[in-house]
Amino acid sequence: MFRIILILLILTGAARAETIVLGLSQDSVSITATFDGDDILIFGAVRRDAPAPTDDGDLGVIVTVAGPDQRVSVYRKARRYGIWINTDEVEVDNAPSFYAVATSGPLQEVLRDTSDLRQEITIPRAIRSVGATVQDSAAFTEALIRIREADNLYQTQINGVDLEQDTLFMASFALPANLTEGDYVARIFLTRDGRPIDEASTVIPVQKVGLERWLYNLAHSDPLIYGMLSLVLAAAAGWAASAGFAALRR
Amino acid sequence: MQIYLPIAEVSVDAFLLLGLGGLVGLLSGMFGVGGGFLITPLLFFVGIPPAVAVATSTNQIVASSFSALLAHVKRKTVDFRMGTVLLIGGLIGSSLGLVVFNYLRALGQVDLLVNLFYVVFLGTIGSLMMIESLNAMRRARNPSGPRRARRQHNWVHKLPLKVKFRVSGLYISVVPPLLVGVFVGILSAIMGVGGGFVMVPAMIYLLGMPTKVVIGTSLFQIIFVTSYTTMLHATTNYTVDIVLALLLIIGGVIGAQFGAILGLRLKAEQLRILLALLVLLVCGKLALDLLLQPAELYSVSAGGV
Repeated sequence: MFRIILILLILTGAARAETIVLGLSQDSVSITATFDGDDILIFGAVRRDAPAPTDDGDLGVIVTVAGPDQRVSVYRKARRYGIWINTDEVEVDNAPSFYAVATSGPLQEVLRDTSDLRQEITIPRAIRSVGATVQDSAAFTEALIRIREADNLYQTQINGVDLEQDTLFMASFALPANLTEGDYVARIFLTRDGRPIDEASTVIPVQKVGLERWLYNLAHSDPLIYGMLSLVLAAAAGWAASAGFAALRR
Repeated sequence: MQIYLPIAEVSVDAFLLLGLGGLVGLLSGMFGVGGGFLITPLLFFVGIPPAVAVATSTNQIVASSFSALLAHVKRKTVDFRMGTVLLIGGLIGSSLGLVVFNYLRALGQVDLLVNLFYVVFLGTIGSLMMIESLNAMRRARNPSGPRRARRQHNWVHKLPLKVKFRVSGLYISVVPPLLVGVFVGILSAIMGVGGGFVMVPAMIYLLGMPTKVVIGTSLFQIIFVTSYTTMLHATTNYTVDIVLALLLIIGGVIGAQFGAILGLRLKAEQLRILLALLVLLVCGKLALDLLLQPAELYSVSAGGV
């Protein structure tokens, strides 16, 4: 009995022999007035205490970046009384506002379905919709993915992870301009034969800065003052233009 | 030049927004309409979330209307007494409209209703103006034909509480303008517009006001009603984007000045035909959206926006 436990320990120890060392091109993303999307580079290395195992299957690396979760309503239109109106609605309880996944090889080679289900790695797995009352609610989550993929908010990059000599890896993600603020979580999975053997994660805060930050805070903390400011600005601009043109005509 | 909007949380070309503002400002100065019925759909097209587009366009209307109003005040084409009556009605109507709007939002069909409102009102008013203007032009070309009296005596003149509106040259009851104000206020809250496209015809055809003072007077009412709406949006939904508004305003106030000059050069009938065409064009576009099968049947709405 003792021997079996010892062997198991050694085996799991051996499985843990490959771990991730992680790096980021930038610690945070700042949304400035001229923000027009950003690129993030996630890189790292596989650290080994022993030579790489040869009989455990191929090494795979998967990198995901997820924005803050949102509650999302998906509507479907149908023709009623000759016009197209929203007839069905499905509430998706948890859909990331941004989600990108990159792999070092074809999906079925680097990730097993069971692991995907458990770790919620691919896009359909990252979206959770429970309690949908419409029959074909799967069509609604598919539509959500389709629409967000068209906006570059959801990205799947097969072979998007560059894996060098089974040791160094690197993945680049293009963040679109219409980002939601919040903590973005980057996860890196190391797999052998489609099973994760190590996982690392880090947080990339995405935040408005400067004027953007100030205006956003003012609008939410002092909406009355913010509203007045908007109106005064509007009236002032209107008056200035009027006075300016009057001066020009004279 | 791309610019990130802090409340809308999207990045949009600044010059595109300036151009949109300018176009709408031009129309505002020419016709006395706030242009909300144009700017709101246009903002949808450039990818601004609908709630932000509606709230911010009311703020933009304040600016372009203010600029155009100053031009009218200088020419003494504003009936302040009539404007005040319309405004009182407008504030009542706007509050009523907000209650209706929130009730419809609870039913989950507010998009459809707003669209239907647009199609029905723009369609009706555009057609009426078109027919009336074409008739007026035909009469002008053929002076021997029957000429209708400009100011008829109808039910409007039989109501009590008569007040003298000197600038308009009218002696009528305050009830009809008050009702017009309430009605426009309701529309403005539901459709997110100033309501000039309803008020201007109502003032001409229902109240019998001279076209000359109609535009300035409607601008006067619109400024206060849209200010009120802006404050409501800013304090309840936090959806007024000041950066977006500023860009639209800069374009808009310049456009409005040119519009006011251009409006003076055109004849009243031509002005009305142009406005009718424009209203029908927007109506047709919105009607097609309702009637034709959309390319994407699904739509996504996140976080209450």
